[in-house]
Amino acid sequence: MSDGFNTVPGDDEADAGSVAGAVQTYLIGLGLAVLLTATSFYIASTNLVWAPSIPVALVVLAIAQMGVHLVFFLHITTGPENTNNVMALFFGVLIVFLVIGGSLWIMAHLNQNMIPMDQLMQMQR
Amino acid sequence: MTALPYASGDADPYRASHERGSHQGGHAAGHGHGGLAFKRVVTGYGFWIFLLSDIIMFSAFFAAYAVLVDQTAGGPTGKDLFDLNNAAIETALLLASSFTCGLASIAAEHSVKGWFYAAMAVTGLLGAGFLVLEAMEFASFVAQGAGPTRSAFLSAFFTLVGCHGLHVSAGILWLLTMMAQVFAKGFRADIERRILCFALFWHALDIIWVALFTVVYLM
Repeated sequence: MSDGFNTVPGDDEADAGSVAGAVQTYLIGLGLAVLLTATSFYIASTNLVWAPSIPVALVVLAIAQMGVHLVFFLHITTGPENTNNVMALFFGVLIVFLVIGGSLWIMAHLNQNMIPMDQLMQMQR
Repeated sequence: MTALPYASGDADPYRASHERGSHQGGHAAGHGHGGLAFKRVVTGYGFWIFLLSDIIMFSAFFAAYAVLVDQTAGGPTGKDLFDLNNAAIETALLLASSFTCGLASIAAEHSVKGWFYAAMAVTGLLGAGFLVLEAMEFASFVAQGAGPTRSAFLSAFFTLVGCHGLHVSAGILWLLTMMAQVFAKGFRADIERRILCFALFWHALDIIWVALFTVVYLM
């Protein structure tokens, strides 16, 4: 199985043939996902955590959970037989970051350089 | 292409599996599916590319939401509207459905019809429950006068969450189609590939929901 580029996203090569092993993979994934989700919801609704750190923590937890889903549900791993899938994923992630990060960056600067909307309305009168 | 090329349901107009099979030697046989293993790889990879492009489309909606989230035009904000318990139940339903979808693909891999139907049915019901909760949430927002026309924030919210809901709806239709196809045609190799693509689609929806509940409901 190690001669490269031959694994399907969704195929669980390590546990091929063993039902118990395959179910176990999904169970581990489910457990980790539940843990991360519960943490996210708990952090968002509690006062125990320093407030400014909450958005950062939520983003980290979300990225971790997406990783869990990719590995345990979609079976995208770093193994040599998964190279093509991982490269496509990285390209997708790059575009996602460019679109979201770029939009936020540009719009923040645009807001800063614009006349506030209420003043603009008064000038038009 | 003379003797019943489509008889097995595995017609391969581009002969990809044959060419690859000869280069790869005994590798394909190692999968236990003969020369068809490569076709499964190509199908899965192609669908993976589609899913990534779908995620990129969602990223545009996420960007629009993130830019417009404070533009409430004097209307209700997310904090006023969102019910975290509702979002938590929706999340639990979708996560559980992702798990049962995984069980369904294991059952399909081992050609066990009973487990496949059961797991797919549970997946579909959980997905339908998710959609009902989302529809009730949308209806209550509109009833409060916080419909998509109220503010730029709400337009972006309904577009982003609604688009995910439409994907789940399409996924449920696809799920029913796959159950019908297995019922009518059994676990043929081409049906197995469609089940693989469906499972990838369903898991990808859950990944998008993780981003969605974090950005929309929690932040």
